[in-house]
Order: sequence, then C-alpha cells, then structure tokens
Amino acid sequence: MTSSFPYLTTLILVPAGAAVVVALVPSAQRRAVQVVGFVASLAVLGFASAATVAFTAGYGGYQFVSSHQWIAAFGISWSLGMDGISLFLVLMTALLFPIALAASGDRAGDKSFVAWILVLEAGCLGGFLALDLLLFFVFFELTLVPVYFLIAGWGHERRGYAAGKFFLYTLGASAFLFVGILALAAIHASQTGVTTFDVRALADTHLSGTAGVLLFLAFTAAFAVKMPLFPFHTWSPDAYREAPAAGSLLLAGVMAKLGAYGIIRFDLALFPRAVVTLAPLLITLGTIGIIYGAVVAAVERDLKRLVAYSSLAHLGFIVIGAFALSREALTGAVLQMVNHGLYTAALFILIAVIYRRLGSFSVRDMRGLQRRVPILAGVFTVVMLASIGVPGLNGFVGEFLILAGTFLTHRWWAVVATAGVVLAAVYLLWAYQQAFQGKPTVEPGAIRDLSWREGLTLAPLVVLIVLLGIFPGPLLNRIGPSVTRVVTHVEVVAHQRPPQVGAPGVAVRQVGGAQR
Amino acid sequence: MSLVAGVPILSSLVASVTFVTPHVNYVAILPELILIGGALVLLVSGQLVFAKVPTAFYSVGSGAVAAAALAASLVLWHDVQARGPFTAIADSVAVDGFAIVFLVLVSCILILGSVIANDFLIREGTSGPEYHVLALLAGSGAMLMASANDLILIFVALEIMSIPLYVLAGMDLKRRESGEAAMKYFVLGAFSSAIFVYGIALVYGATGSVNLPQIASYLSSNFVMSNGVLLAGLGLLLVGFGFKVSAVPFHMWTPDVYQGAPTPVTGFMIAIAKAGGFAALLRVFFSTFGTLRTDWQPLLWVIAIVTLLLGAIGGLVQHDVKRMLAYSSINHAGFILVGLAAATAQGISGSVYYVFVYAFLVLGSFAVITVVGGRGDLEHDLDAYRGLGRRQPALALAFTLLLLGQTGVPFTTGFLAKLYVISAAVRAHSYALAIVAMLSATIAAAFYLRLVFLMYGVRLPFGTGSDAGSLSLSITGDEPDALEPAQAAPRRANLGPVSVPGPTALAILVTVAVTIVFGIWPGPLVDFVRAAGLLF
Repeated sequence: MTSSFPYLTTLILVPAGAAVVVALVPSAQRRAVQVVGFVASLAVLGFASAATVAFTAGYGGYQFVSSHQWIAAFGISWSLGMDGISLFLVLMTALLFPIALAASGDRAGDKSFVAWILVLEAGCLGGFLALDLLLFFVFFELTLVPVYFLIAGWGHERRGYAAGKFFLYTLGASAFLFVGILALAAIHASQTGVTTFDVRALADTHLSGTAGVLLFLAFTAAFAVKMPLFPFHTWSPDAYREAPAAGSLLLAGVMAKLGAYGIIRFDLALFPRAVVTLAPLLITLGTIGIIYGAVVAAVERDLKRLVAYSSLAHLGFIVIGAFALSREALTGAVLQMVNHGLYTAALFILIAVIYRRLGSFSVRDMRGLQRRVPILAGVFTVVMLASIGVPGLNGFVGEFLILAGTFLTHRWWAVVATAGVVLAAVYLLWAYQQAFQGKPTVEPGAIRDLSWREGLTLAPLVVLIVLLGIFPGPLLNRIGPSVTRVVTHVEVVAHQRPPQVGAPGVAVRQVGGAQR
Repeated sequence: MSLVAGVPILSSLVASVTFVTPHVNYVAILPELILIGGALVLLVSGQLVFAKVPTAFYSVGSGAVAAAALAASLVLWHDVQARGPFTAIADSVAVDGFAIVFLVLVSCILILGSVIANDFLIREGTSGPEYHVLALLAGSGAMLMASANDLILIFVALEIMSIPLYVLAGMDLKRRESGEAAMKYFVLGAFSSAIFVYGIALVYGATGSVNLPQIASYLSSNFVMSNGVLLAGLGLLLVGFGFKVSAVPFHMWTPDVYQGAPTPVTGFMIAIAKAGGFAALLRVFFSTFGTLRTDWQPLLWVIAIVTLLLGAIGGLVQHDVKRMLAYSSINHAGFILVGLAAATAQGISGSVYYVFVYAFLVLGSFAVITVVGGRGDLEHDLDAYRGLGRRQPALALAFTLLLLGQTGVPFTTGFLAKLYVISAAVRAHSYALAIVAMLSATIAAAFYLRLVFLMYGVRLPFGTGSDAGSLSLSITGDEPDALEPAQAAPRRANLGPVSVPGPTALAILVTVAVTIVFGIWPGPLVDFVRAAGLLF
C-alpha cells in the first residue's frame, strides 16, 4: 500500500533539518535551542504515530515505499520502506528521543548536544527505514559520529577512553559489513548485469554455500558488535557507563536495536541458507551472552554497568529469537526489541535521577532509598520487574514468545536460556535490595523524591510497559505478517538444501509442519 | 677569427642533418604554458610596478594565473568532450579527459594554495615572489605529468615538478628543520629520479620506444619471450613513482620532509605531488603496461597493503600533527593504490576520484595547521590543539569535518572515495585487500579522533603520557567548557585565541564545502571523473 504523503523521508529529514536549525541558533539562546530540539523530536513522534495509524495491519510487505536515485553512478538509491518489523522500532525510536531530551535537564539547552541528538535520531530512523543496503550502511555509520561526540563531550570520568573504544570497535566491525555489501552487490551485478544495493533485489542473488557463509559472517560481525553480542561486547559496559544519561539510553534503547534489526532484516533475507547453517553457532553465542551477562551483572555494583550487562543478556534473547527460525520466536524477538528499548530507557533515566541526587552509580552509596524516596522506588520496582520478565508487564510477552518459539526448534538452548530469566531476577533483586532496602544512610529530607518533570518523563514509558504487558495484540497483529514473510523466505530457500545438512534444516521443516 | 671561420662548417653541418621540428599545437599545452609564462611574468612584474611590492600582489597574481589555467583546462575539456581525445606535439602530449581532470585539479590546488600561502607569507614577514613562482612551476610540472604521453616527457615533467618542491621545502630560513627537509627531499628525490631514468632506459631497450602508445602497441602485438629487462625497467619505474607518491617502502623521507617543510608548503606538496605522481603512475601502468598486469598486479597488491598498514599504524604514535598527517597521507596513498591494483576502468576512476577529493581534504587540513602553527610556524605539537573547540569554534569545526572526511565518514567525499576504490577492489575479487584497507582506515581513525578529542577538550584516549596529570575530571556532568586552559597545563603550547586571516578562512571554507557538498550530492564530481576516459 502506498500513500501520497512521504512519511518515511519526512521522518529522516525533520530531525536532520532541525539539527541544522539548532546549529544555526546562537548558542546563548539556550531556551530556543531547547524548544527547537524538543519540538522537532515531538514532530517526529507525531509523524511516526501518523504512519502507524496509516499502516495497514495484516499486510507483511513494505509500505510507504519511496525510491529515488541518489548516486546513479554507483547504483545507490534513496529507498525507504516500512514493514511490521520496522514499524514499532521506528515508533519506539521516535518516542525515546524526546524522552532522552527531556531527561537531559539543562543540557537540552546546549546547542551542540541537541544538534548531535537530532543527527543521531535521523541516523537511527534512516537505518530502520533503509531498503538500500548502502543507504543503510551510510546511516549505520553516521550514527557513530553523534554518539562519539555525545560520550566524549558530555560523558563521565573516562569518557574519552569509552568514546574512542566505542567508535573504533564499531568502525572496525563495519569494515567487514562494507566489504560484504560491496561483494554481494558485485556478485549480483555479475549475475544480472544490474548494479543495485536494493535489499529486495539482492535477496534473489544466487550464492554458493561458501560465499553465503562468508558474506553472512561479514554482515553479522558488524551487527554483533553494534548490538552487542557476546563475545563482541567489551566496548559496551564502558560506553554505557561513561555516556551521559541520554547517550546510554539511546545506545541501549535504539542503537543496539540497529544491530539486531540488521540481523533480522538483512541476514535472514539475504543469506537464508547460511543462516540455517550457522544458526546453532549464533544461538549458542546468544545463550552464552544471556548467562554470562546475568552472572557478571550479579556481581556488578555499578548500576549503569549492571544495566549494560543485563542488556547483553536481553540482547542474547533477541538473538536466539532471531535465529530460532520459528514465527513465534522471531515475533518475540521483534517485540522484545521494543520492550527492551522501553524498560532499559526507563532504567537509565531512573539511574540518572538517582545520580543527580547522590552523585554515584554504585549501589554501595545507596542503602535504604525506599524509605526516603518511595515514589522513585515504586517506579523502579515496576521497571525492574518488567526487565526481569514478570507476567503482566511487557518484558514477559517477548521473552515468553522467544522461549516458546526456540523450544520448538532448539529445545536445549531454550532450556538453558530460561535459566537466564531466573538469573535476571537474581541480579536485579539483589541490586534493588542493596540500593533501596535496609537501614537508610541518607538523612530524611536530604534527598528529593521524583519531581513532576522527572515523573512526566518516565510516565509514557511506565504506561507502555504496563499496557504492552497486558495488551500486546495490536503489535503482534502488525509484526506477525512481516515475520511470516521472513520465516517463509528462509524456509523456502532452506528446503532446497539436501536433507543430510542436519538438525537446523529439519527443525525448520518441523516448525512449518507445526504451523500447518 | 676562428669563430668566423667556423660558421660555414656549422651551417653545412646543419644542412646535412635533417631535423624535423614537430608541429606544436600550443592549445594542447595551454594550461602549462599559462602557468610557466605567468610564473616568469610574476617574477619580474612586481619589481617593475612597485617600489616595495606588497605580498598580496604576488598572491593575487598567482591566483589569477592559476584561474586562467583552470579556464584553459575547462576549454580543453569542452574540446575533448566534443571532438574526442587527441595527441599533440609529435604524440608526446595526450589531451584526454583523464589528463584534463588533473589539469583542473592542479589549477584548483594552485588557487587555494596561493590564498593559504599569502597569509602565511604575511605572517612570517616573507616578501618576494619566490613562493608563488615556484608553486606555479611545480604546478606546470604536475600538469605535464598528467598529460605526458612519452616516458621522457614524464621524466622532464617529474623534474619540473620536483625541483621547485625541493626549494619550497627549504624556504623557511628561520627553522633548521626546513633546510634539513629540503636536503633530504632533494637527495632522495634525485636518487629516485636516477632510478626512474634507468627504468626508462630498460623499457626503451626492451620495447624500442619511449612513446606510451607505441610501447603499448608493441607489447600487444609482440610476445616478449624473455621479458626480464622489461620487467626490471617496469620495476624501476615503479620505484620512481613510488617515491613521488610516498608508497611504502619508498616513503622513508615522507614524515621528515612533511614535518620540516613550511606548513602551507606541506599541504601544497602533498596535494600536487600526489596529483602529478598518481596521474603518470596510473597512465603508465594501466594504459601502457596494461598487457603486463598479471606481472605488476601482485607487486602493487603487496605495496598497497604495506602502504595502508604502515601509514595507519605509523600515525598512531606521532605527537606532531604534521608528522601524523604525513603518515595519514601514506595511508591515503595506499587507498589510491588499491584502485590501481584492481586494474579495471572502475578502479582507475576510483583512484582519480580519490586523488581529487583528497587534495581538497589535505589542503584544508594543512591550512588549519598553518593557522594553529602561529607565528614562526612552531606550534605543531598535539597540545596546541587542546581546547581549540572553545578557543576557535569555527576553525575546530572545520578541522573536525576535514578529519571526518579523511576518516571516511558518510556524507563526506572521503566516504565516497573509499567506496569507489573498495568497490573496484571487490569487483576484481581482491577481498583481502579491501578488508585490510577498511581496517587500516579504522586504525587511522584512531589518530584522527585523537585530534578531535583534544580540540573538544577531552583527555588523550591512548596513553601518550602527555596528558599525565593535566586534567582531573571528577566533577559530575562536566562539560568541555568547564576545562580551564590553566588546568590543561601544556608544556609549551600557546593556548591563546587563534586568529584566522580572512583569505585562509575562505580557503578552508571552500575545502570543507567541497568535502560536504559533494559528499551529499556526489553526482557532478563523480560524473566528471567517470567521463574522464584515458586516451587508449
């Protein structure tokens, strides 16, 4: 279905244009900067909501597609499209950016801060919407620059180190993606004579087994670092820890999803046979990430690093959901990407709120906060429970679908991964106990409870956490058809494999049977 | 008496030897002639017009000459587009799109270079036309290298380009390093020229010609059974070119010379030598010796890889910005070689595009370094860039954009240049080369970022020791603005406000605009380079 209004191009150009406007405002005009930034990000949210309303549920293909030639000489086009998989990621992104600005306090008046946030928004939305591989790469890379400056400029003590590590890790991994994209396009061009980077056309490329596996690895290297997937995660605790609140929130909430989205959108569509071959490897890494992240988080006393490791665990769930190759698991993975974005954002805001009062991220400095700041403690409890995956909150729905879907195809991995849910309860409840319970060390009145402004910033997130926990239907209806398309595509191509390839291929067929 | 007696003998000698002077098509070498003529006029005109010649007079004159050469180049471009490429002056000069792209580029380098040099010369109190005259002559050499269709002419052009550059490198009499750079550059340059001539001799011995198309046609119509002499000649030519474009292992002079030369000269030298050197290198190897590509491709593959890696890794440990960017220029040379190593038309236009956009990036970067260097051209330690983002926000922003362009960040020409050469390498199935190149770009990004960190008041990320105890950032939510210059405690760097002279600011603005505008809207520049076909 096409629409006359170019929603998707607008979604990218509004923040990009606003960034330019902010850059031109004199830096003394802090109020104007704040207003322009906030209004622009709200406008993006408005357009994203309008697109969601106009989105046709039940149709799995790309909607609102817009294609323009960009660099004719290289065959690069400005091709944007949105389906059920990207729809809610876009909506979540559009929601998290105004919240990030609102949570930044005074910094929302810093001209360069706001400009970088808006550039980042344009980059992230572009990444979720691009149908042209090279255009995706451009946005994927572009996001590095603003995040780098956000960490380096407004981060905490070791910001220089963290920012550099983040930039170089991701850039290095992108080298493989870049060469992979060009190689895939070259193979496609040699087969068809047409140079294109359009993912829809490239999906028809015939790849030999080895070529497919190598390309898959090249693509996945970049996505695995961006997410991050164990063992490519070492940059993330540093970057999450040292970034300012808005930076951590956007890194974990949005940027990590860019990597996971890349796997679902590009790996599954372009290299189905390699995906089937290598799924056990990726699922194993995901499972290790779940357990490892949870164990490290359990001994971590720095709340921000704790959330970084818990993110590693949650993204492990998303990875096994993506590679389990069943409809349930993939639907769960997409849903979990949105869920994780929401509760991680809320967690980072809460941590920033505590930091503003106590000047520390360490739970050792926080005993007994429950008595002193009950509302904050209450909100923290809800968000934490969502993160653990307690039924009735949004985290449960995604994790349940992932585990149920993975159980169909990769039974024992699902069993091990389930232990991760238990461990999540362990580390989060321990952290909660240490920070919020016990005899308070802070004098009464020395610490303020949640202010109105902070409450309003958190409110949309908390409402959605609860709402999506009890009423995920509208999301599932829209995600489902697109997921079915992706899984069917993998199944169709994988069926062409000779049967002796082993369990993964058979498992895919079992799922197909179970669906019928 | 004897002289008079000798005249009839001489005249009879002349009569007995038939010397056919070729028809000289002056239009074909008009841009070069304009530069040389302009340089000579500039040399004397100042003295004739003024009692005391203002520096700006020469700069404006030099810029005008370069602009005239640019106009002449564009006229030639129109000619070639309308009537096709042609050769002139006994086939020794090729007028094809490929050459003209370089004519245009060299003219632009000269215009920007004269603007940047103007402010430098005024700041340093240097008067006289020498800088501009030498620059114009070097430019004419670079142009001639691009259009030369004959190995001898390439050699002559190489020398016309190099000798003024040797002198320019030693132009700063106040700094000893400048003289050292000139000496080093001259001795090694002369040595490499000798090797180059030896290569020409061997190629001539093997093929019987020094004319590029004739060599090519000889090679395509004859099978050379034992081609040792030919390959040795080719190897020696590669050494000569490798020296000019500072490819590893012929790069040894690069860091010292680029550090020692006066800063605007360094920028100019990198841009002009890369343009001239690569123009001739690409033409000779791809076009003339294309039939031997299976012989030279592996060699270039190895040179490209070591050039990429050494440039990137060498830059990591530098404390001097000029040295750092010298290594970065080696890394970029590696990228340009990647295009040639692909040995396809796409690879060649990739290399040309890369040279083109890199020239602007490097000119802009060195213009910034010139300004920051301050009077005496001394402040080139990394410390001099501490907090530049606060002291001179516009300059820091421009430098950041230029560095991001060199890193290859999307929406800059640097990204497209890398895309161009890497996609050519991938098309030629050199996946390993492509991956090594991109990883080297990541390594190089580390030192570009280090500069950016410093400008925005952040500690050095990679323990270089120079930041020890300089900043303590335990304050919560600190911002770059919170850093006082006194706290930064650099050892000797002057952290006062930096004043940017107007013309230099304009030149920097132009380089940044080229980088960003053609990064977002790449069509015109890419089409220009793609339309630039080789003669044969």
